[in-house]
Formats: sequence, structure tokens, C-alpha cells
Amino acid sequence: MTEKQPNPVSEDAPQAQQNEMPFAMVHGEPVTVPPQDLYIPPDALEVFLDAFEGPLDLLLYLIKRQNLDILTLPIANITQQYIEYIGLMEDIRLELAAEYLVMAAMLAEIKSRMLLPRPVEEGQEDDPRAELIRRLQEYERFKKAAEDIDEIPRVERDVLEINVMQTEVVVEEKLPQVELKDLMHALQQVLRRSQMYAAHEIKKETLSLRDRMTQVLSSLAVDDFVEFSSLFTVAEGRDGVIITFTAILELLKDRMIEIVQSEMFAPIYIKPAGQVVEGEVLEDGVTDGI
Amino acid sequence: MEFKQLKNIVEAALLAADHPLTADQLLKLFEDDIKVPAKDDVIKAIAELEEDCAERGYELKKIASGYRYQTRVEIQEWVSRLRVEKVPRYSRAFMETLALVVYRQPITRAEIEDVRGVSISSSIFKVLLEREWIKIIGHKEVPGRPAMYGTTKKFLDYFNMEALNELPSLADIKDLDQVHPELAFMDVEEQKAAEAPVQLEVIEGGIETETRH
Repeated sequence: MTEKQPNPVSEDAPQAQQNEMPFAMVHGEPVTVPPQDLYIPPDALEVFLDAFEGPLDLLLYLIKRQNLDILTLPIANITQQYIEYIGLMEDIRLELAAEYLVMAAMLAEIKSRMLLPRPVEEGQEDDPRAELIRRLQEYERFKKAAEDIDEIPRVERDVLEINVMQTEVVVEEKLPQVELKDLMHALQQVLRRSQMYAAHEIKKETLSLRDRMTQVLSSLAVDDFVEFSSLFTVAEGRDGVIITFTAILELLKDRMIEIVQSEMFAPIYIKPAGQVVEGEVLEDGVTDGI
Repeated sequence: MEFKQLKNIVEAALLAADHPLTADQLLKLFEDDIKVPAKDDVIKAIAELEEDCAERGYELKKIASGYRYQTRVEIQEWVSRLRVEKVPRYSRAFMETLALVVYRQPITRAEIEDVRGVSISSSIFKVLLEREWIKIIGHKEVPGRPAMYGTTKKFLDYFNMEALNELPSLADIKDLDQVHPELAFMDVEEQKAAEAPVQLEVIEGGIETETRH
């Protein structure tokens, strides 16, 4: 319907191509380039239905598509397009249509008022479109404002707040599963520790060195010539043997006893110190050596 | 206290806090100290920390609720790849409603609907209130006492602003009456074109005829 509708605001075209023969004059302005996107087939709108934010948005869209200024609002033209589109929308979305219908009625009213002759003194101030134009402009500025706000860098989308992880936030600590072998292991360690404790306990020595030294001396007192090996009581075990041997060494150090051997590999004898036995001691000199 | 240490404390506090901190809040950290630093020193420390970020991937930014460290806008494209979930997108209806509250506060729901020419779904208000971007700041003394809405500090924080005056200004409204005064500044050719809107009846008639074809 509007394919031949010339475009009043065709960007820079008039200035750029002034020498060309304009094919139309719109609002006193030559138009040399045919407008690009004048006609929108109603079907094409189906896609956009979701995109319209109400009747004002749809009206704005229709005006912008024709590169018209809101101030020049061609009511008849726009009204017709508008009604065609809401007819389409009605088919698809009944519940939306109410507000759009109000606008359709308003457009029709404005159009009819414009067709009526008006008294001369009224002038353009009472342009029946004034209110609609005001609303369209008002809506347009907030539509723009919404786009502007959308551009502002915002948290989540454009910037992220930086926080150092706070330790108290980490609460959930996963506890390991305790198995029987772990339990046994723990018990083992306790036992080991208790053993170590027992080992450190100070007990009264069952085999006293002093006591044993006295025993050795007293056996010498009875029989002042005693064989080395007879001083040991094997039944006492390793500890008893060692303590007896230590006792003998102690007595030797203190020169309380002497050790005698008649020849190599012969039995060793112990005797109280200072006693000379049949001169053999002087012969082999073993006694003095110790 | 040495200035260097003060600076470190301010830096650490801003990093550890889960919300922005004002200079006064930072000053409170030293309340129990024997020698409380001057507020000027705290502000100086903040300024130096801000400078220290100059070459970094993050910045120290002053927003409505105070100062906070945040990643830079320029590198968000890469940083955002860290997250699995998508950042929520807001519908045009949502943004337009927000824009009206922002620029026209205090404003009632009916007033918003009036400008937009369409009723607003309750979910939009619900989300705006839940996110605490807007709040009820009073009731209009008209029948029904409708709630009037205004924006919050959280809105400014979220949109990376310290005050509302950082918002882009609203587009001007052109008036039919204002078309004439503007003409004085145009050259003759433009004037001819600009005069056109005044000859309303003529254009209307022309189109009327055409559309009937």
C-alpha cells in the first residue's frame, strides 16, 4: 500500500546527490534515492510479535520503518498499517489485543478529527495528534533510556566483585571412613606405647652386683681355692652369669681376689688376694698380670 | 601506625569483606587502637591502592555503597568463561520499567504503565523488588494510595555507579511548538524541509489519496 510513499527523511541522500534529478519532492525536499524499507508485509510481523512492548512500541516501529519523524506522524497511513498488524496479532494472541485495540480506536478518532474542518483560530496548537505524539516521544525516550541502562557495565555480566575466600565459609569437611584395620593399627600403637612405658619403669634389681660380690668372696672364704666355672649358677640364666662375671671383675679391680691358671687351657682358679699357694704362682706369673 | 601498614590493612579488608566498604567503615577497623589513623590517611591509602591497580586486570572502584575490588570490564569476555551458568538477561519490558523508575522516581506502577502504554506483568516488579534494585519509598496521596517506587543503593552497586547522576541523560522531547524556534539556526534549504511538518493537513491529504489506490 505504501510502496510509492516517498521518504521525507532519506538521510544524507539529498545533499550527496544534489545534481541528480529527484524523482519526488517530499515536504519540499527532493528525494533521489528510493527508500529502502518502506513496506513491511503483514506476514513478516509474525516473527516480531514478541518483540513489541505494547501499542506505542508497535507504532514507533511502524514510524521508524518508514523513516518518518514522529512529529510528522501521518495518521491515516499509520492507522491503516497499525490495524492490519493488530488484526494479525489478534489471530495469534487474543489477550494482548485489548491495549492495542484502545490505540486503534484512538488513531481512528484522531484521524476523524483531522478530517473535520476546524475553526481558523485554533491553529496547530490543537493538533489532534499532539497528545499521541507526546506519548510516542515520551515512550521513545524511555525505550532509549532502557537501552542506555542496559549498556552500563554491571555486576555479573561485565564486572565481578573480588573477594578473598573467607575460611569460615568452608564448613563441610569430609570425614574419612574408619576401617577395622585402622582401628587395629591404632590399638597396636597404644600397646606399643604402653610397652615402652613399662620398660621405663624402674624395678628393683633382682640380681644385685654387690650381693654377688659378697657371694663370690664368701665361697672363697669357705674354700680359698675355687674353680672359676663353679662360681656360676647356670640356672640363673644369662643375667645371672653376667652379674657373677661382673662381680668377679669388680673384685679383681679392687684386688680382693686373684685369678690363677696353671697352664694354657687349664682350668682357671680364683683365690683370695695375697695368699701364696705352693710357689706355682711365681713360676708362671699369671696372677700378677691381672 | 605506619602508612604502609595502614594501606595493607585497607587492601586486605576490602578483599576480605563480602560487600563494599566505605572510608568510615574502614576507619572503624582501627577503633580500638591506641593511635587511630586520620580519615585523610585512609582515603589516601584507598587512592594509592586505586593507582596500584592501573596496570592490573582488576580495579578498585567506588560505587554507591563504598569501595570494592572488581574485575575490569575489558577482560570480562575471558573471565566470564570461568562460569558455567549464563548471566541472566533482562527483557525489554523489564529494562523499560527499570528505566522509568530510575528516571522518574518516585513513580507509581500506573504511571509506568501509562508511559509504556501497556500493563506490566507482576513478575517484573517481583524480580526488581527481590533483587532490591527498587523499593517502595512511599505512597501517593491519591485514591487507592498506590505505592511509589525508587531505586536503591544496590541498583547503583549492581550497575557500577556511585550516584544516579552518572546515568546517561534522557533524550530531549521535541514539541510541535518548538519546531519553529529551531528553524532560526538552519540554513534556507534545511528550513524548507523542516517547515514541512507544519503543513500537516496537506501531507495527510496526500497520503490519504495514495493509500486508497
